[in-house]
Amino acid sequence: MQSSVSTAGAAAPVPRLAMHFASLEVQNHAARLGMWLFLATEILLFAGLFVCYGVYRFLFPDAWAASSRSLDLTLGTVNTVVLITSSLTAALAVHYAKEGKNKAVAVQIALTLLMACGFLVIKYFEYSHKFHIGTLPGRYYFYEGIQLPGAPLYFTVYFFSTALHGLHVLIGMAVLTFSMVRALKKADFGPNNYTMVELGSMYWHLVDLVWIFLFPMLYLV
Amino acid sequence: MTPSSSIAAPGATPAHEEHHDHHPSYLVDGTTIRSWLLTVDHKRIGLMFLFWVLLFFLVGGIFALLIRVELLTPGPTIMDAMTYNRTFTLHGLVMIFLFMIPAIPAVFGNFMLPLMLGAKDVAFPRLNLLSLYIYLFGAVLALWGMLNGGLDTGWTFYTPYSAHTTTTVAPVLFGAFIIGFSSIVTGINFIVTCHTMRAPGITWFKMPLFVWALYATSCIQVLATPVIGLLLVLVAVENISGIGMFDPARGGDPMLFQHLFWFYSHPAVYIMVLPAFGVMSEVVAAFSRKNIFGYRAVAYSSLGIAFVGFFAWGHHMFVSGQSTFAAGMFGALTMLVGVFTAIKVFNWVGTVYKGAVDFKTPFAYFCGFLFFTVFGGMTGIALGTVSLDVAWHDTYFVVAHFHFIMVGATIMAFLAALHYWFPKMFGRMYHEGWGLVSAALIILGFNATFIPQFLLGNNGMPRRYYEYPERFQALNVASTAGASLLAFGFIIIAMYLTYALVYGRAAGKNPWRSKGYEWLTESPPPTHNFVGPQPTYPEEPHFYVDPKKAEVPDAV
Ligand code: HEM
Ligand SMILES: [Cu+2]
Repeated sequence: MQSSVSTAGAAAPVPRLAMHFASLEVQNHAARLGMWLFLATEILLFAGLFVCYGVYRFLFPDAWAASSRSLDLTLGTVNTVVLITSSLTAALAVHYAKEGKNKAVAVQIALTLLMACGFLVIKYFEYSHKFHIGTLPGRYYFYEGIQLPGAPLYFTVYFFSTALHGLHVLIGMAVLTFSMVRALKKADFGPNNYTMVELGSMYWHLVDLVWIFLFPMLYLV
Repeated sequence: MTPSSSIAAPGATPAHEEHHDHHPSYLVDGTTIRSWLLTVDHKRIGLMFLFWVLLFFLVGGIFALLIRVELLTPGPTIMDAMTYNRTFTLHGLVMIFLFMIPAIPAVFGNFMLPLMLGAKDVAFPRLNLLSLYIYLFGAVLALWGMLNGGLDTGWTFYTPYSAHTTTTVAPVLFGAFIIGFSSIVTGINFIVTCHTMRAPGITWFKMPLFVWALYATSCIQVLATPVIGLLLVLVAVENISGIGMFDPARGGDPMLFQHLFWFYSHPAVYIMVLPAFGVMSEVVAAFSRKNIFGYRAVAYSSLGIAFVGFFAWGHHMFVSGQSTFAAGMFGALTMLVGVFTAIKVFNWVGTVYKGAVDFKTPFAYFCGFLFFTVFGGMTGIALGTVSLDVAWHDTYFVVAHFHFIMVGATIMAFLAALHYWFPKMFGRMYHEGWGLVSAALIILGFNATFIPQFLLGNNGMPRRYYEYPERFQALNVASTAGASLLAFGFIIIAMYLTYALVYGRAAGKNPWRSKGYEWLTESPPPTHNFVGPQPTYPEEPHFYVDPKKAEVPDAV
C-alpha cells in the first residue's frame, strides 16, 4: 500500500521499492548500512592477520626487517598509486551515477577495472619472482639470501595477506562489472537510483584501504 | 543514522476491527515445495531453520549419548580411543556451530524480530534465505569431512596438534568457515532491521527485550565471526600445506592461535546465551503478568555483556603461559561479565516478585533457566579467579560449568521459546500436562547429568580422556543415568509437540494474553504479518499494569 506513494512521480527510472520498506529512502539507507556492517566484518578479517603480523614482527625483528627489504619497493609503490587512482575513478562513477550520466559511469568503471587488472598483473610479476628465488611460506622457503629464523614466517604472512587481498580485488571487480553492464545495457542510473554503484564503490574503497595498510606493513617498515 | 521510525506512514490510524476478508496464514499461503524452498518470508525461513536445527540437535544428542555410554566403565566400553576422540569432537562441533549458535536467533529471532518491530519482513529477505542455504552448505561440507575421516582435535582444534593430525581437518574447518558466513549475514540483517524497520511508535526504548538481546548478539556475530573465519582458513591451509603460521617448529606461535581462537570463542558463548536471556525476559513478564522490572537495565546489560565479553578471552589461557599480569587482568575483566549477568538475574527475579504467576511450561523452563544461570555463572566466577582455575582447568569441572550456563540456559530458553511461541507459529496448543512433566524431567535430568561432573572435575578427572581410574566410576554412571533421563524428556516433547501440530486445539490469537507486540497479529500470522495498514504501538512492550498504580507503597 505504501509503495504506491513513492513510485508515483519522478520521471527518472526508479528502482523497485520492495514491499516491506516504508520508503525508497529507508530502503537505500538500509542497503548502505548493511554494506557498512559488511565492510566492518572485512576489516576484522584482516585485523586478525595484522595481529599475526605484529606478533611475529615483534618476535623476529631482524628476519622481518631483512625480508621486508627483499621486496621490490618500486613495484609496490606503483601498485599503491594504481590502486589509489582506481579509487578515484570509482568515486567518480558514483558521482556520474547521481547525475544520471550512464555513459560516464561505464567509462569510469572501465578505467577502474583496467587499473585493477594492472594491479593484478604487477602482483603476478612480484609473485613469480618470489617463486623463482624461493622466498616462499613455511616449508617451501629456499632463499639463500636471508637465513634467519622467522623469515619463512614473514612470507607466510606476506602471501596469505596479499592473496586474500587479491581475492578481494577480484570480488570487487566482479561487483563493479555488474554496475558497468547495467549502466551500458539499461542506462537507468540517476539521482534516485545509484545505490548499486555506490555500494560497489564502497567495497572498492575498502579493497584500497586494506592495501594502504598492507603496503607500509609489508614493504616500508 | 536517522531513526526511521520517523518515516511518514500514511496509514497510521489504528485499524482494528476492519472487515475480515480472509487472509491465509503464512503456513498455507503457497503449499508447493518450491514455495517453501524459495520463500523469502522470514517466518517460513525461521521454520526451515527450526527443522534443521532440531535435526542437528538430534545428531549432536546421539553423539552425546555415545560418549556417556563409553564412559560407563573405566576401560573401553563400546568404542576404541580414536573413535572416542572423534565422537566428542563431533558432538562439540555439531552442538556449537550447528545447533547452539543458530538455535535461537535463526529460528525464533527470524520469526519474531519483524513481528516485534511491526515490520513486514527483515531488511534483506533474500539474504535471509541465502543464510539458510549457506548454513546448510557448510553443514554438509563439515559433516562430510566428519564422516570421511572425522576430526579428532576437539571443537577447539588447537594447534600444533590440528596442524599435524592425519584426520580430516580441512573440510571440517572450511565447513565451519562457511557456517560463519551464515551467522554474519543473519547478524547484519538483524542489525539493519532494528535500525530501519521499526514501525512508527517503536522507538529504541520501546523495542521488546528479545529484540535488544538479538541486537547485542548480532553485534557480536558481526564483529567476532570474521576473526574465527580467518583462523579456520589459516589452520586448514596449515594442515594441508605446512605454511608454518602456528607451528612452533617453524617459528610459529601456538599462543597466538589460542588468543585469536578465544577472541572469537569467548564472545561466541554470548552469541549462544544472550538470545536465551532475551527469550527469558519476554517469558518472565508474560507469565508473571507484570511489566519487566528495570527495562533499561536489562536492555543495557545485554549491550554491556556484548561489550565486556570481548575483553575476557584470556580466562581460557590462564595455564597456557600468559603473563601473571595478563592473567590477573583477564580474571578481573571476567568478573565484569558476571556483574552484568547478575543485573539481569536481579531484574528477572524482581519481575516475578509480587507478580500473578501463571505456572505454565515456559515458566517452568524459566525456573530451570534461573537455576542454571546462577550456578553456571557462579562457577564461572570461581573459574575466573586465576588460582582456582589452575586446578580446575581442563577437568570435568569446566565441562560442567559450560554445560550449566551455556547449554543449560540455552536449552531452557529454546524450549521455553518453543512452547511460548508454539501457538504463534502453528496456531495450535500443546498439552500443558505433558509440557510440565517433560520440563521437570529435563531439568532434573540436566542436574543429574552435570552435578556429578562438577564433582568429578573437582576430584581431578580430566576432560576428554578415554579411560579413568576405578574410583570415578560411580559418578560417571550417575552422569550417564542423568543423560538418559534428559534424553527421555526430549523424546516426550518430540511426541506431544508432533501430536499438537496435527491435533492440537486451535490456539486463538493470543492464548497467553501476552502483551508482547508479536501477539498483536493473527496466530499464525498472514504472509506479510499484518492485514490492513500497519498497526501502531502506543504502549510500551511488556506493559501489564500501569507502574504508577502498581507501585503504591503498601506494606514496607
Ligand atoms: C558469569 C560469567 C562467566 C564466567 C565468569 C565464566 C568463566 C569461565 C572461565 C574462567 C572459563 C575457563 C575455564 C578453564 O578452561 O579452565 C570458562 C570456560 C568456559 N565457559 Fe564460561 N564463564 C561465564 C559464563 C559463560 C557463559 C555465559 C557461557 C556460554 C554461554 C560460557 C561458556 C564457557 C565455555 C564453553 C567454556 C569452556 C571452553 C572450552 O575449554 O572448551 N561461560 N568460563
Ligand atoms: Cu570464556
